[in-house]
Amino acid sequence: MADTPAPRVRMLIHGLDGLRRGQPAELRVTLAHPMDNGLRHDGFGNVVPRNIVTRFECRLDGDLVFAADLYSAIAANPYLGFWLRADGPGTLSFEWSGDWGFNHRETRAIVPA
Amino acid sequence: MTRCLPVARALVLVLRLVQVQVLVSVLTLAALAALPARADDGRRSGLQFMGPALQALQRDDGQNPAMLWVQDGEQLWRTPAGTAGRHCADCHGDAPRSMAGVAARYPAWDAASGGALNLPGRINACRQRHQQAAALPAEHADLLALSAYLGLQSRGQPLAPPDDVRLAPLRQQGEALWQQRLGQLNLACLHCHDQRPGQRLGGAVIPQGHATGYPIYRLEWQGLGSLHRRLRGCVVGVRAEPWGTEAPEWLALEAWLAQRAAGMAVETPAVRP
Repeated sequence: MADTPAPRVRMLIHGLDGLRRGQPAELRVTLAHPMDNGLRHDGFGNVVPRNIVTRFECRLDGDLVFAADLYSAIAANPYLGFWLRADGPGTLSFEWSGDWGFNHRETRAIVPA
Repeated sequence: MTRCLPVARALVLVLRLVQVQVLVSVLTLAALAALPARADDGRRSGLQFMGPALQALQRDDGQNPAMLWVQDGEQLWRTPAGTAGRHCADCHGDAPRSMAGVAARYPAWDAASGGALNLPGRINACRQRHQQAAALPAEHADLLALSAYLGLQSRGQPLAPPDDVRLAPLRQQGEALWQQRLGQLNLACLHCHDQRPGQRLGGAVIPQGHATGYPIYRLEWQGLGSLHRRLRGCVVGVRAEPWGTEAPEWLALEAWLAQRAAGMAVETPAVRP
């Protein structure tokens, strides 16, 4: 499997439309990721090496607004929900990093109503 | 250890089945009572056999992990494929308008090939005929993504298998297979799903087996999978040798299941344990 090209990283972000100026609103993010915990064996009896996301960070205009450390007990395709209050327009960045140099970052411009 | 496990599981399975449990779990009954009855004919979606947390996972698109595939399908709908260089929207336009209710009518008869097609089969036929692209293999991520995206356009609509006499032999074959004892455990589909829904098989609650939400995100798979994959799991579960990937038996069962669940609401993309 190591030789196959890395599949395109897929991510869902929900709740951006619900942002209101100065009001807390819930954002929800889901990342497509296998979260292999390093304890499973494949069909040939070989241990599947650990491959998990270890860190999620959300920044608003560069300021950290939410972060989470992830561990191997978390299921595939991790989902996180958190609350955010934005006082004006800005740029939100969502960054995931993990084993084997995994890094994925997406940004969204927000204009709270 | 790994070799002993299936035997132990099979034993548990047999023990569970010989116990004729008179009382359905009170919790399950309470959950059923709390939900609005759609058709009062006793048919219940698999959704109603799950706990509240899993139900929420399916009902909330912000949480439902199958939406990762739906998002992919939406992009694939507008991505050219094959030597024709055309994408789905070139012919079909906007999926939310043009594809509403379409997924609820499969499997359907395909005059061009003179046989029945399920939804993934139709997607592949379109790829070959109109996009000049290769058919996608079963369980391919793109095929699941397009199926989920199309299924979503019929969500909430009643399953409406076509009233087509040419499908009748296939449905009859499917119904016969449904009643056919299989495998070392010598069980037919109906022994669990018609006669013992609500009871437990190992740790899992047995649903009535209505295929209303495929492709489904199954927690056990940690991914999206087709009805074919689910059926295969059950066939292996009764310790039978599954039919080949292209065998007509799968389509026959799918056609019968669509008839059996006719009128129930489409839930695609569903979440199941």
